[in-house]
Amino acid sequence: MLNLTCPNCGITADETDLHCDGQAHIARSGINANDDELENYLFMRDNPKGVHFERWRHIYGCGKWFNAARCTTTLEVFGTYSAQTFTPPKALINKIKKKRPNWEGFTK
Amino acid sequence: MSSITALNGAFHNGMIEIKDAGLIGMITLRGDLKSEVVAKALNFVLGVTVPDQRKITSTPKGSVAWMSPDELLIIIEYKDVSKVISSLNNILSGSHSLVVDVSDARAVFALTGNAIRDVLSKGTPADLSKDVLPIGEVRRSRIAQLAVAFWFTDEISCQLICFRSVGAYIMEWLKNASENGSEVNFH
Ligand SMILES: [Zn+2]
Repeated sequence: MLNLTCPNCGITADETDLHCDGQAHIARSGINANDDELENYLFMRDNPKGVHFERWRHIYGCGKWFNAARCTTTLEVFGTYSAQTFTPPKALINKIKKKRPNWEGFTK
Repeated sequence: MSSITALNGAFHNGMIEIKDAGLIGMITLRGDLKSEVVAKALNFVLGVTVPDQRKITSTPKGSVAWMSPDELLIIIEYKDVSKVISSLNNILSGSHSLVVDVSDARAVFALTGNAIRDVLSKGTPADLSKDVLPIGEVRRSRIAQLAVAFWFTDEISCQLICFRSVGAYIMEWLKNASENGSEVNFH
């Protein structure tokens, strides 16, 4: 069971009230991208065992997007934050580092 | 032709009473809820301020519910909808906003009884405890696989809305979940 708190409406929602849309903070490649960059943007995703950053949508609730940081092995939720960000908030990264000292840190 | 609701007067009495709430005017307002112009519009229509996150404000003229950070649902008398929409559009003109009549796009249920929280809990993952869903707060979630919104107006009365096209299904679901003999006695 996975519960995430939507930062847009403040509700702690069950996973089945939400929709996951995969890895967060993907760098978009536009019209000038070469084949490798476009392939990377369209298909190549991280699949970490441990700390992961994802996009979620409160689909049955307020309908809005947000980002979440969680552990893919334990389902521990480190935090949720605005979708209108390019990187996870500093405070959240520090919190994760404290809990997972061996984590390599956020990389794009 | 006169208007009819999706539920067309449906009624059922089991663990709780389930009733077609009748023709109800509903207007979706999308815009910047922190802006002066939206505040002005709500004040003009219902004489109220913008509700806080997830809250519903009620007056004798109608209610306004917070649906998302940029969406409100204005609930008024069915016959007043077109008049209110033109007032809203006048006030909001020039601002980035949207006013839509959704009265006939929704089905509205009036639920009454002591077991409403138990009945709804059979099909929604939302926390129905009185602390998490107090009177006057709107919850948007799902029942079975369908989007719904509901709020308590007092401890034994609840309004529930869903899309019109699935109104009959939700009616059947509620009837089944509130069948006498299937009491949960949790909340
Ligand atoms: Zn939400």
